[in-house]
Amino acid sequence: MANLVGAKIERKEDKKFLTGKGRYTADINLSKQTYAYFVRSPHARAKIIKVDHSKAMKAPGVIDVFTGDSVVKDKIGGLICGWKIVSQDGKDMKCPPHPVLAKDSVNFVGDHIAVVVAETLEQAKNAAELVNVSYKVQKSVTRTDEATKFENIHEGIDNNLSFDFLLGDKGKTDEAFSKADKIVKVDIVNNRLIPNAMEPRAAIGDYNASSDELTLYTASQNPHLDRLIMSAFNAVHPEHKFRIVSPDVGGGFGSKINVYAEDVVIAYASKKIGRPVKWVAERSESFMSDNHGRDHVTHAELALNSDSKITGLKVDTIANLGAYSLVLAAVTPTYLYAPLLLGIYDIPAACCTVKGVYTNTAPTDAYRGAGRPEATYVIERIVTEAAKEIGMDQAEFRKKNFIKKFPHQQCLVHNIDSGDYDAHLDKAIELSDYKNFENRRSQSAKKGKLRGIGFSTYFEACGVAPSAVVMSIGSGVGLWESAEVRFNATGNVSVFTGAHSHGQSHDTTFAQIVGDKLGVAIENIDIVHGDTDKGPFGMGTYGSRSLAVGGTAIVKACDKIIAKGKKVAAKMLDGKPEDIDFKAGEFILKNSNKKKTIGEIAFACYLPGTFGDVNSPLPEGVEPGLIETSFFDPSNFSFPSGSHICEVEVDEETGETKLVKYTVVDDFGTVINPLIVEGQVYGGVAQGVGQALYENAHYDKSGQLTSASYMDYTMPRADNFPHIALDYTCTPATSNPLGAKGCGEAGTIAAPAAVMNAVIDAVGTDVQMPATAEKVWKALKKNGSKKAAA
Amino acid sequence: MKSFNFKSAANTKEATKLASGRATFLAGGMSLIPAMKLRLAAYSDLINIKKIKGLSGIKVSSKSLKIGATTTHAEVAASKEVGKSIPSLSMLADGIGDPQVRNRGTIGGSIANNDPAADYPSACLALNATIHTNKRKISSDKFFKGMFETDLKKGELIEAVEFEIPEKSAYAKYPNPASRYAIVGVNVAKYKNETRVSVTGAASCVFRSKELESALSSNFSVSAIDKVNISDKNLNEDIHASAEYRAHLIKVMAKKAVSSC
Amino acid sequence: MISINIKINGKKISKEIPDNILLSEFLRDNLSLTGTHVGCDTSQCGTCVVHLNGNSVKSCTTFVADCDGAEVTTIEGIANNGKMHPMQEAFKKHHGLQCGFCTPGMVMSAVDLLKKNKNPSEQEIRDWLEGNICRCTGYQGIVAAVKDAASKM
Repeated sequence: MANLVGAKIERKEDKKFLTGKGRYTADINLSKQTYAYFVRSPHARAKIIKVDHSKAMKAPGVIDVFTGDSVVKDKIGGLICGWKIVSQDGKDMKCPPHPVLAKDSVNFVGDHIAVVVAETLEQAKNAAELVNVSYKVQKSVTRTDEATKFENIHEGIDNNLSFDFLLGDKGKTDEAFSKADKIVKVDIVNNRLIPNAMEPRAAIGDYNASSDELTLYTASQNPHLDRLIMSAFNAVHPEHKFRIVSPDVGGGFGSKINVYAEDVVIAYASKKIGRPVKWVAERSESFMSDNHGRDHVTHAELALNSDSKITGLKVDTIANLGAYSLVLAAVTPTYLYAPLLLGIYDIPAACCTVKGVYTNTAPTDAYRGAGRPEATYVIERIVTEAAKEIGMDQAEFRKKNFIKKFPHQQCLVHNIDSGDYDAHLDKAIELSDYKNFENRRSQSAKKGKLRGIGFSTYFEACGVAPSAVVMSIGSGVGLWESAEVRFNATGNVSVFTGAHSHGQSHDTTFAQIVGDKLGVAIENIDIVHGDTDKGPFGMGTYGSRSLAVGGTAIVKACDKIIAKGKKVAAKMLDGKPEDIDFKAGEFILKNSNKKKTIGEIAFACYLPGTFGDVNSPLPEGVEPGLIETSFFDPSNFSFPSGSHICEVEVDEETGETKLVKYTVVDDFGTVINPLIVEGQVYGGVAQGVGQALYENAHYDKSGQLTSASYMDYTMPRADNFPHIALDYTCTPATSNPLGAKGCGEAGTIAAPAAVMNAVIDAVGTDVQMPATAEKVWKALKKNGSKKAAA
Repeated sequence: MKSFNFKSAANTKEATKLASGRATFLAGGMSLIPAMKLRLAAYSDLINIKKIKGLSGIKVSSKSLKIGATTTHAEVAASKEVGKSIPSLSMLADGIGDPQVRNRGTIGGSIANNDPAADYPSACLALNATIHTNKRKISSDKFFKGMFETDLKKGELIEAVEFEIPEKSAYAKYPNPASRYAIVGVNVAKYKNETRVSVTGAASCVFRSKELESALSSNFSVSAIDKVNISDKNLNEDIHASAEYRAHLIKVMAKKAVSSC
Repeated sequence: MISINIKINGKKISKEIPDNILLSEFLRDNLSLTGTHVGCDTSQCGTCVVHLNGNSVKSCTTFVADCDGAEVTTIEGIANNGKMHPMQEAFKKHHGLQCGFCTPGMVMSAVDLLKKNKNPSEQEIRDWLEGNICRCTGYQGIVAAVKDAASKM
């Protein structure tokens, strides 16, 4: 039974998904269910003069229509920013009101105004067309770099500036730059992305008037947090009478962290009409109304001394928050971004400013990587430019500046516990056959293609912690995790975790950990998540935290089970608890052949007695039952790192870029299941490649989202990729007993820089993301390519 | 989706009779159904023409290749007759949409819809096709009128598309990376007496490029294209490509097509 | 309303249905075959792929009225007496799925590929799957699964 950890075990959850038995929110249908359809703003910015729903109310099948007036009347609170940032002048960030149904104004195309509830979806949609909203259309702003110069879109928020954040020592950094032998500069646009989990968001509200219980089925990454926010801030229903179920969830990538207006309104509508209300987003709605990601404009400078060592880093970023501030909108471009700008280099001085601005676009928030891809892109682009400008090999320059000793206190925030950056770079160089790159470049040239190579040596910070620190810098909640390990009398185990799997394979990975820990076969272990009525309060899954934080909580709960088991075993085996060893599912009395299996102990805990014997097998003071709970609050983040090397071929005539070779070597500390970790990396890389080459959320001048379907928003497809080569190095994390570092976002964090460094190497001049064929063609032309100009 | 009546026609006569008022024909539905789902289009009646006998199938003669209106893209792509007589047409059919679209989508539907970025209209123009309807025969040069607009009259039904077999031909497409429709597609066909070149994706409607045709008619080679000047006037401009880039791609795709002829 | 006769996963069904019902809606709402998913409204994501008379099609872009007399196979219909289809087994073995949402359509599309091309190259597999979008896996496990299934079918 031992050695489950580290083994390539096929997933326990696969069979249901492969046979069509997955149960996503949209698959649930309740008795007497009704259907909701939202009325959304077609304008980027407008005052609402009047919402007239009288015709819709009379339409066939309509049960009710709710508007901004309804939610005000019923005192339903607005949506919140969950982590507030303080500006460099000491003032709190400015957050505009964000009603769940707009009453006075709309601020982006897709802003939610009213909801129609009807007997069928068709009727709801038909009636929604009859809701007559009169608008006074206003001028709008969508561009990040124009926001501060535009008129105030929210009352009282001057220059559309939510916050002006500073991290680092400006004086020390200026000094480093004044002494620099060389200063390298880059200007970067980090493109806006739309997360596009394949399962569109969905919600079903189900109010039971008899028990006053409200259940909301919703595709969420963190049902307990949803319940907390919807009880405490939106005032939908008291927490103890409110159950949130997130069954199978078809991908999240950050887009299912937020409590959305639709969640609140659907729960509220069900209470109002006393029947279940179902809403499933159409993909067009997802494009408009899911949180978007990235959207930065950045200027960065790097100071070098004559020995090719980096001596300072200065970064100024404008981050587009969109129309409102969502739950993690402010922390993503600040605390999750700025500290990561240092990369894995030993940089003695740095400072970073971030201006968070409001525009008439869909609100942005955490999207896979959340701040870290943006930071990695800045540092890996500028480091690449620096090596180029001083004429040094990309690998050599990096190695020269890598952090070598651990723990390492960076000059901004992080204290990195462990790592070996030379090791993964060396391995990646080997695996990618870097030494023969120039041969491959000439081979490509013979086919008329320009070949380029790009490096990205990244690190990231997973499992934001510890709670007291994160709350001291603005977080509304702590970021610990919970677990309950519940032995059943028959010897199988139910494990309740506060983390949530929406593709991350917790059913398997967590079972492997418990299986090794307790010596139980994994088929006898059930991982339970996604239902606030089942397990203890938990924080959910995002930021690659589930294993390092949630997994550790499970380990700790298992330790408590073993400790109690030893006490019971001692009594049953006539020994002392300290003389009991626990190994592979057996409690063994030292220096004897006396033992009890953990199943026998569990049985005794639940059925503490024997026919004809009045003595309890439980020692004095030990309670029956075998259930243990743990809440783990880590002392630090974990810091995975790695090296990605990418090669592209650019067609000089069309400008089309093709990914031809991609190599990854990661250090994730302890790997529980390589099969699953590889999947996380391949998927992450694909999303990073998507950002670099294909994906772009585009608003036109009038504020219309012009990339609002798969016809116009380029999702990476199977034919966009070569086979990706992957390997690992390992330096275990010291901040958790598993030694695990988090792997969910690494690919997305590292890939954009690796790809773009390769594109720019091939083209010979700067190109911004996404490197679409036309952009590359224009760059080639500008750079004097005759083929491109022909 | 808004409600409508679904009717299957047994023959073309019945199809025409049923197609009154706000009715339309349904073949593969690969463009029609998405438009209806998004409520961009609504009809009182859909007249299914897939049950009409004789509308599907491929016939080849020494001079022409005739494809029935309800023949699917997958059938065209897999057809040995097509592969032998006009290989560029098999290739074109094999590159439309994705496998599931090719399993349902039909040549008649594609042509009747005349999407400015669709592939088949370019083949019709380059391969001097004749569109057979239940009323008449229409030359492809007169068929494609404008964006989503054709010469078809109300109730007129395409029965088949007849392509003139060229000496050689090729189709080169630069696909939109998202939709996989053509950003620019150039179809080149060389006949004894003329060379026909059509362009799709670049403008509001598929068109023949006089500049490329005259250059290639006198000298059917890649180098002949080098000297051609393609104006970006009247070309499409959208988030995927500027008019300038499309003009450039017309030449690049034309060269690609000629070199693979 | 229109009356149709259709065979779904081997079972004959005769029903009166509204004319405008899509096959995906019929499978999900009328027959509770919720393994067929709907992930977009422009017929591109491929999560709804089923087999219609042996060919893979997008059930979200097919009217049930248009399937009178047809045979439909969904993801629920390819296992044999509880034993998963070799393609399903291969997806499991090669971690060809994560969140599972694109999986049914992906599997149905891949099964159709192997009907038409018994031994596809890696590039042919990647090209064939252009009508199926996966956001989780980066496609590598999927491609490996299809290759492996081809060797076993």
